Amino acid sequence: MATYNLKINGQTKQVDVDPATPMLWVLREHLNMPGTKYGCGVAMCGACTIHVNGSAVRSCQLPVSAIGTSEITTIEGLSEKGDHPVQKAWIELDVPQCGYCQAGQIMTAAALLRTNPNPTDAQIEAAMNGNLCRCGTYLRIKAAIKSAAKQV
Amino acid sequence: MEKIKTNYSRRSFLKSTALAGGGLMISFSLVPEFLLAAKKNGTDLPGQWIELTGYVKITPDNNIKIICPNPEFGQNVMTSLPMIVAEELDVDWKNVIVEMGPHDNVKYGPQFVGGSNSMRMYWKPLREAGAAARHMLVEAAAQTWGVPVEEVTTKAGMLYHEKTGKSGKYGDFASKASAIPIPKGIKPKDLKNLYLVRTSRKNVEGLNIVTGKPLFGLDYTQDGMLIAMIHHPPAFGMKLKSFDASETLKMPGIKDVFNIKLYDEGSELGGFDIRTFNDLLVVVGNTTWEVMNARKKLNVQWEAAGETKETHNMFGRKMEVIIPGALESSDSSYKMMMERAKEPATLLRKDGDPETAFKNAAQVIERTYNGPFLPHNCMEPMNFFAHVTDEKALLAGPLQAPGWIEPTLSKVLKMPPDKIEIRMTRMGGGFGLRAYGHYLAEAALISRQIKAPVKLVYSREDDMTYGIYRPLYTATYRAALDANKNLIAFHVKGGGMPEHAIAANRFPAGAVDNYLAEGWELPSNVTVGAFRAPRSNFNAVAEQSFLDELAETMGRDPIELRLSLLKRAKENPVGKNNDYDPDRYAAVLTMVKEKSGWNNPEHKKYSRGVAAYFCHNSYAAHVVDIVKRDGQPYVERVYSAIDCGIVINPDAAANMVQGAVVDGIGNSFYGGMILREGVPEQNNFNRYRMIRFREAPKKIEVYFVQNDIDPTGLGEPPFPPVFGAVANALYKNMGKRFYDQPFNKDFSDGVNLKPQRKA
Repeated sequence: MATYNLKINGQTKQVDVDPATPMLWVLREHLNMPGTKYGCGVAMCGACTIHVNGSAVRSCQLPVSAIGTSEITTIEGLSEKGDHPVQKAWIELDVPQCGYCQAGQIMTAAALLRTNPNPTDAQIEAAMNGNLCRCGTYLRIKAAIKSAAKQV
Repeated sequence: MEKIKTNYSRRSFLKSTALAGGGLMISFSLVPEFLLAAKKNGTDLPGQWIELTGYVKITPDNNIKIICPNPEFGQNVMTSLPMIVAEELDVDWKNVIVEMGPHDNVKYGPQFVGGSNSMRMYWKPLREAGAAARHMLVEAAAQTWGVPVEEVTTKAGMLYHEKTGKSGKYGDFASKASAIPIPKGIKPKDLKNLYLVRTSRKNVEGLNIVTGKPLFGLDYTQDGMLIAMIHHPPAFGMKLKSFDASETLKMPGIKDVFNIKLYDEGSELGGFDIRTFNDLLVVVGNTTWEVMNARKKLNVQWEAAGETKETHNMFGRKMEVIIPGALESSDSSYKMMMERAKEPATLLRKDGDPETAFKNAAQVIERTYNGPFLPHNCMEPMNFFAHVTDEKALLAGPLQAPGWIEPTLSKVLKMPPDKIEIRMTRMGGGFGLRAYGHYLAEAALISRQIKAPVKLVYSREDDMTYGIYRPLYTATYRAALDANKNLIAFHVKGGGMPEHAIAANRFPAGAVDNYLAEGWELPSNVTVGAFRAPRSNFNAVAEQSFLDELAETMGRDPIELRLSLLKRAKENPVGKNNDYDPDRYAAVLTMVKEKSGWNNPEHKKYSRGVAAYFCHNSYAAHVVDIVKRDGQPYVERVYSAIDCGIVINPDAAANMVQGAVVDGIGNSFYGGMILREGVPEQNNFNRYRMIRFREAPKKIEVYFVQNDIDPTGLGEPPFPPVFGAVANALYKNMGKRFYDQPFNKDFSDGVNLKPQRKA
C-alpha cells in the first residue's frame, strides 16, 4: 500500500492503495467516480479512457504509481454541466444506445479535438478505432465529432 | 385546501398499495437514488408527487412524472414507452420526467425485454394508461367547476372549459383526480391527432450518459459492499474437484474463499435458468482489483464433469435433458454435424410432393451453410448486486427479465417472492444474454453465504468464456428447377448443437408448390441461448444467400425473384400457417430497391447484395454496397427499409437500425467462438474480433414504411438480413460464394489485435 495525492478534475484526491492498482479501479472503487467504465481490462475496448495531461489514455493499463503529478481528467470532470462541445454534440445527434461505452468514446474524441480541432475522416477513424461500441453507434459518433469540431 | 390535497394523496397511496397487491407501494420511494437521476432537465423539483395511475405522477406545481415499466438495454424504451403515455395524457414532453419503474409484474405487466416485444406488449396498455390518467384529471376539473365532463378539454398539461373561460393546470387537480377510480376502456385518441408519437425525441438519459452518471449495474454501490468473483472451470464439460485457497487468502483485501452450489442436485430448471457451471468457487474481497489478483493465486484441480442429467421446466413443459460429458472442439463438432445431417430428421412441414419434384427436376441446386457459436460480448460484463438477509433479499443490476428469474431466486434462496426486491438498472447491452439471470442467483447466494451486501463481477474473460452462445448451426438448402428454370420444389434441412434454427413456416414456405422443411439436433454441453434474433440470425444468411444463388441460376434478378415468389404467396398461397404477410414483405423489398437505386448504373462501382427477412413481427430489407479498400472488401454503404408498423420515435428507431446493420456486418465478417477440447479459444477483445470504428460503413440510410399498424419490434428484425446481404455483396466483390461464418476466414485482412494503451 502507498499513499498518492492525485490531481483529478482540478482537485487533489488522496488514496491509499497498492501501487499496481490501475487508475480505472482507483477511480471507480476508491474515489467513487464510476463514469470511467470497465470493459476488457486489456486496453482493447477504450471504455476506460481518461485524459492524462490532456491525452487519451486507457486507465485499465495505467497503474496509479505512474501518475505522479500528471493531471487527470475523467468524464465527470470533462465539463461542469455536461456542456463540453463533444458532450453537446453527443446529445444533439442522439448517439448512445446502451450508453456503456460512450464515456470512453467521448473522452477519446475530446482529446482528439483538443490537439486537432479540424480532423479529417481518416484522422477520426485512427483516433477512434480503439474504442469499441457493441451497439454499433460508430456513424453517429463520427457525425458528432464532426459537429463538435465546428464548436471547438 | 392543503389539507384536502394531503388527504387525497393519502388515498392515492392506499389505492396504489392495493394495486400492487401488497408488494411495492409508491414506486419512487423505492427507486435507488441514482435512478432518480433520470430527470430530463436535472432540476430538483419541489412538491409532492401524487400518483394518478401506476404510470403517472403529478405534483401540485404541475411537474409530470412518467414511469417506464420495461428494462432499458439500449433499445431506447425509457424514452419511447413514456412518450406513448405522454401522448395520451396530453402533456408537454419537455416537462416530463421519466423514471425507471420498480419490478412489479402485477402493476407493470411483463417487464421483459426480448423478442422485440417491448413496444408490441406496451403500446395498447400505455395508451390506455395515459388516456385513463387524462380522463381522471378531466373529471376532477369538471367536478370542481360544476360543468359536464365532455366539455372539458386539455392541452399540454392544462385543462380548459371554453364556455365559462375556466382553466387550470393538471397539478391543480391532481389530488382530486387521484381519488377518482382509474377508469377502464378509455378510448385512446385517433392516430391522426398524434402530436408526440411519430416525432423524434432525444434519449431521456442522454445527459446522464454523456456525463458519466452511475446508471449501470456495475456502478451500483452501497455502504459495506464487498466484491465477489467466481472462478469457473476452464472448459465446458469440466467441474471443480478440489481447491487450495491458502495463497489467495493471504492476499490483501480478501475476505473469504468458498465453494457453493448454484442449484440443488435434481432441482428443476426454469425456462431461462442456465447451469453452465453449478459448483461456484467464489473469492470475496474489498475491491475488484484485489479479488482479480487474488483469484489468480488459487490452486484448483478440475475434473471431467461426465454425463449429467437436467430436468427442465420450459414454462410448464417438463423434460429430462442428458448433457454429454465430452470435451467438445468446434472442428469435431462440425464433423459430427455433417455426419448427422445425412441421417433422417424430424419433419417440420411438407407441402405437395417434394420427393417426386426433386426426382423429376431438370436441375437441382444444393448448398450447405454453417454458423459458429457467437458470444454476446455486451460492453458491460455480467454483474449483479445482492444483499440477502434472513428477512429479505435486495437485488439490483442489469437484467432483461426480472419476472422470469424471481421464481428461480425464490427457489434457490427458499424465500417467498414478496420478500425479494429486484431493482432494474440500465444495462450496458443485453442482446439476449441478460434474459438469463444465473448471475443474479449467484450473487444472491454469495451474499447470503457471507452475510453482507456484495456485487458479483464477471471479468471480460469470465463473461466471454461462460457460454450461453448462439448455437452451432448448419442448414442444407435444395431447390429443384424444371427445364424452363422454374422453381418447382424447395427443401431445407437444418441442424444444430444443441438446437436447429429452422422456422418451417417462413418464406419461401407458401410460395413453392412442393416444400419440405426438416430439423435435427445434437446434444452439447456448451450452454446456448437467445442471441439477438435467435435462429433468424442464422436462417437469414443461409436462406437469403441461397435465394441469391438460386436467382442467379435461374437467370433472374434477386429482388424480382423474391417479389414474384411473394406474389405467388399472396395470390395463391401454398399450405397453411405461413407466418408472414406477403404484401408487407414485398413492400420493404420494393422500398429498398427504389431507395438504393438497385439497378441504376450510377452505382456500378459497388458490389451490391440484397436480403430481406421477416422475424419478431417486423419486416426488414437491406442493400449492402461493398468496395475494395486496401485490397479488402469493405461495406461502404447500406440502404435499409423497415416495416415495424407505427414508428414511435423515428430518429431513435433509425439509430437502432443503423446499430443492427453495424452489428450484422461485424458478426458476419468476424464473429465466431472456437472451442478446443471444451476450452473457448478467445476470451477477450485481443483474441475475439469485434467490428471497429474504421470497419463501419460510411453511410447507412434507413427508411420506414409509413402505415397505421400497431407498432412491432425493432431491436431484432433489422439484424438477421444484414448477414445475408453481406454474403451476397461479398460474392459480387470476391467472385466466390460465402457459406461459412465468419466470412473473413477467407480474406484475412491481417489486422492484428493488439492492445492500444493510448488513443
